[in-house]
Amino acid sequence: MNKEEVIKKVNQFMVEEFEVEEAKIKPDAILKDTLELDSLDYVDLVVVIENNFGFKVKGEDFIHINTFEDFYTYILEKVADKQLK
Amino acid sequence: MNRVVITGFGAYSCLGRNVEEIKQSLYTGKSGIGFDPERKAMGFRSAYTGMLEKPNLKGMLDRRMRIGLAEQGEYAYLSTYEALQMAKMEQDFREANEVGILYGNDSSARATIEAIDKIREKQDTTLLGSGSVFQSMNSTVTMNLATIFKLKGINFTVSGACASGSHAIGMGYILIKHGWQQAVVCGGAQEVNPYAMGSFDALGTFSVREGDARLASRPFDKGRDGLVPSGGAATVIIESYEHAVKRGAPILAEIIGYGFSSNGGHISQPNVDGPVRAIEMSIKDAAIETGKIDYINAHATSTPVGDMYEAKALDTVFGASRPLISSTKSMTGHECWMAGASEIVYSLLMMQNSFVAPNINFENPDEDSAKLNIATKTTEKAINTFLSNSFGFGGTNSSLIVQKISN
Repeated sequence: MNKEEVIKKVNQFMVEEFEVEEAKIKPDAILKDTLELDSLDYVDLVVVIENNFGFKVKGEDFIHINTFEDFYTYILEKVADKQLK
Repeated sequence: MNRVVITGFGAYSCLGRNVEEIKQSLYTGKSGIGFDPERKAMGFRSAYTGMLEKPNLKGMLDRRMRIGLAEQGEYAYLSTYEALQMAKMEQDFREANEVGILYGNDSSARATIEAIDKIREKQDTTLLGSGSVFQSMNSTVTMNLATIFKLKGINFTVSGACASGSHAIGMGYILIKHGWQQAVVCGGAQEVNPYAMGSFDALGTFSVREGDARLASRPFDKGRDGLVPSGGAATVIIESYEHAVKRGAPILAEIIGYGFSSNGGHISQPNVDGPVRAIEMSIKDAAIETGKIDYINAHATSTPVGDMYEAKALDTVFGASRPLISSTKSMTGHECWMAGASEIVYSLLMMQNSFVAPNINFENPDEDSAKLNIATKTTEKAINTFLSNSFGFGGTNSSLIVQKISN
């Protein structure tokens, strides 16, 4: 899976599952603010990532994810790791 | 003591998605019962059920509010929205005042079973997502609606089997009567799916009558062979009279009596004494003569034994005055946890529109129902006062009396 595919997939579930306005999704936008995430939403984010990319996010991983760009990069790395294994 | 009035009501049932649709169904004696192939495939004795359209709340509620709602919570959201609109009780008012919620609900089987299935499959609880726990708990309706509608008064669920909805209204009535609350959202909700009804089907209490599903639920009829499960949700907004007047709310009716009892006997088989005591307690509370009751919405579910005991109880108390009686379960099936609330809503619609809805499928009386004045057809009639019975497993009984408002 390349970066473009990851971005497309992430943006799609952001719009469909988290009901984010498409126009608000930008690489430098802050993920937490854009999604108006509270502690319960992170639980759902874990589920959506598992369903779409087949790996389980650890809670502490979110500490390092600030922007959408960070999020895309994180997923891309995890997907690549998974493919190597 | 405060007078307790009804200022709004709403419902979502197999008779319609709102009270206007439901009024038409009641008037025309339309059955909401159908055949569910999924139940047949699952090995149910009976595949009959109330047929409801699944609501789509996208666009009405945001994601966070939607994902905690179980099926019955979705119905309850819609009925409560309708009731609050009718009561003209807006969010600004609710946020500034202590409006409570007491709702009848006694299961959330689908949400619970689906969660357990997923844990077994994935061996991981985090993959349930955040909504599962709020859908699975028995208090799912009250916890969600209190959050959605910003309610700040009393907040809990009443679980009293098939009398849950009626007891919820009764509890709200007591709190307002004694001045502990000024306004409470009351009601009952019932999920409609095979998971909720499998163990009930196992008891052999559901109708297995062959042929037209609409003929299966036949309370008081000699040929009845069991109930038909159903569901949805119904809400009534109750307030103290002074509170309703002060905020300029439409005052639609007054709750004047509540009676309750426990049979102290068999877990599923009812008796005559328990219901009689609940009915008599409600009449005493209302301080009226039995002859003042114009209409009785019977609990009668269409089981051979249950209807027989209720018929005997009604004859014991009302043998002299013989008011018109019907069981709307002939059209709806048994709405279980919701029934005590929905049957108040159905009776309010009859009161407002001066008719008694028919006890459809009542073709031949048996020895006990022959003594009752059962409405077999829609009957034009002014209703000033009605009584509604609800009984449940464990021998819980509830009777409510509602009267047209008099200033």
